[in-house]
Amino acid sequence: MITTKDIRNKYVKNYPSAFCPGCGDGMVLNAMSRAVEKSGIDQKKVAAVSGIGCAAWIPSPYWKVDTLHTTHGRAIPHATGLKVGNKDLEVMVVSGDGDCAGIGGNHLLHAARNNIDLNVLMINNGLYAMTGGQVAPTTEHGEKTLTTPYGNPSQGIDICNVVKHSGASHVARWTTYHMNELIKEIERTIDIKGFSFIEVLSQCPTRTGKKEGLSGVEMLEWYRENTTKNKEEEGIYVGEIQYVERTELTEEIYEQISKRGGKPR
Amino acid sequence: MLKPGTYFMEGNEACAEGAMRAGLGLYAGYPITPASEVMNHLAKELPKTGGRFLQMEDEIASIAAVIGGAWSGLKSMTATSGPGFSLMQENIGYAVMTETPCVIVDVQRAGPSTGQATKPGTGDVMQSRFGSHGDYEIIALAPNSVQEMFDFTVRSFNLSERYRTPVVLLADAGVGHMREKFTIPEKVKTIERKRPKEVDKEFFDTHEEDHVPPMPDFGEGYELMVTGSTHLGDGTRDTASFEAQDRLVRRLNAKINDNREEIEDWEEMGCNRADLVLISYGSISRPVKGAVKKAREDGYDIGFFRPKVIWPSPEDRMKEIGKNSEVMLVELSLQGYRMEVERCVGSENLYIFDILNSLPTIEQVYEKIMEVIE
Amino acid sequence: MADCLNIKIDRDLCTGCGICIRFCPKDILEPSEDLNQYGNYYAKVVDLDSCIVCRRCELFCPDFAITVEKEEEKC
Repeated sequence: MITTKDIRNKYVKNYPSAFCPGCGDGMVLNAMSRAVEKSGIDQKKVAAVSGIGCAAWIPSPYWKVDTLHTTHGRAIPHATGLKVGNKDLEVMVVSGDGDCAGIGGNHLLHAARNNIDLNVLMINNGLYAMTGGQVAPTTEHGEKTLTTPYGNPSQGIDICNVVKHSGASHVARWTTYHMNELIKEIERTIDIKGFSFIEVLSQCPTRTGKKEGLSGVEMLEWYRENTTKNKEEEGIYVGEIQYVERTELTEEIYEQISKRGGKPR
Repeated sequence: MLKPGTYFMEGNEACAEGAMRAGLGLYAGYPITPASEVMNHLAKELPKTGGRFLQMEDEIASIAAVIGGAWSGLKSMTATSGPGFSLMQENIGYAVMTETPCVIVDVQRAGPSTGQATKPGTGDVMQSRFGSHGDYEIIALAPNSVQEMFDFTVRSFNLSERYRTPVVLLADAGVGHMREKFTIPEKVKTIERKRPKEVDKEFFDTHEEDHVPPMPDFGEGYELMVTGSTHLGDGTRDTASFEAQDRLVRRLNAKINDNREEIEDWEEMGCNRADLVLISYGSISRPVKGAVKKAREDGYDIGFFRPKVIWPSPEDRMKEIGKNSEVMLVELSLQGYRMEVERCVGSENLYIFDILNSLPTIEQVYEKIMEVIE
Repeated sequence: MADCLNIKIDRDLCTGCGICIRFCPKDILEPSEDLNQYGNYYAKVVDLDSCIVCRRCELFCPDFAITVEKEEEKC
């Protein structure tokens, strides 16, 4: 039985963290660590790439693996270079919804099209939290934020659907309330060859909390009550959204190299 | 990859050949005139040498993949032109901050904006130096022949590996699209990045005289923390302390400034005793040199000075020249290198011959020389 | 059960968010009356005997502050 103490000693550093009390980011870090532990892969071969925002801080500086904390929205293309450079690395991308679906949206689309073997965790809190709570591409219509004081005039994006139709091998959605399922899903992404995308709905007790008058605890309760594992039922669907086998970019590139007599350095 | 020998090729292709000779492991790019031939050539040839080729969705992704590739342990490169170079600026700053060796080829075209895609210009000189935000120093090289497209590409890799910093190969459409003879030598000298020894624990600070810390790869078990935020020697982010910002930024700048002598390179002719020295770089320096030669044959004391490494600039030498002679700067843009030359030689004895869109003939430059000395 | 079971809460890692307290199915945790060194009312165990070792508290804790230790042999 792995306990939190074991996980903390083996995978976590620089704690206590800068995350607000009740923030879901620490839960995601816990889930990622447990998934890596369960999968049995070599921790040395795990690389975590992140962009800018609260979620980008989950791996850097808190996760005991090689971390690349990059520029806003660019985690996925950095990770692409890393993975194509060394296919033995298990590359995880941890990104917020603004980082991944907003400024980095184009990269997300093309990484899914390439079906490159990255494991992307998009931590979705529905707004830009680090900068104070501005509207994000995932914010629902009508929501009031710092920059939509009269209500969001746009619609929020269903990013899983976008990634699914862009050609990713594996797409799933969970929330921080579903810790066991999330751990299993992350463990699965490690095995899956191809682009894996997990949207993790996660509470922001500070920004969303202040706006909605909800605590982290209440938001977790909200996830419990408003999500469903049944596609036919009303509510936010959580679970696997897509799994298909498709050609994977890194393998294709390495194959082309060896077919033309080259030896990958 | 071509065998050693002499070939008749385009500058951009020579650049691609130079990159492979230098040990290019990953190329990521996005097509753009007049730089596309670099990637066209590498798409076909690089896999045969074991290197990875990626066409990305845009230039931002290209430079990002290059940085990722560098941390996977490979020598990495991208090539672009002005509009793409503009898009890359944020991540060039990231590469400076994280001390990521990589090469960015900018085959300059006439700008601003879309400008004239097939016409040469040198309007990116200041952008290559100051394009990203914050205080930083950078290395940029300006080739003027197909041979130098090959040689300087190799040197760009060597400098980037030596100093763990991005290096810009600041070519232009003139030299990128030029076809002429060039030679691939039997032996090409290459430099590899400093690797950690067993005792090393800090990869983002050093007390070595050259200010260059060792660089491990991802996957070697160092629990690397690479971040564009201000960081301590072990990589830990420090977003608040004065000491961390001061120590890091000063060292990053010193890495280039304190090693200037090793980096600087220029070509000169008759500069010690000249009434007028023509300063020029890139493709336009070819007719300029021709005109200076002609003027010297005609008995005039005219000098020629061409920075090969444009950043850090050969400022000491330019200052000396400015003391002894009048100077004429000839370049393919209005602003290109002008502020830097003016800073070094002063504005009182500086003449400008700026030309947009195309190279002047030797006669045109010669006439200009005559105008100035008369 | 209590002899072989121990729920360790690192009081200085705890931010007092209350997640463990709310989601414990047996309500065995409560906020403390005193503060830890960071000024948070850390969680404490008030009814260890009722613990069913579901480990939800340690799984849900965002701060890696809770460890449920059970000595299998004794139980």
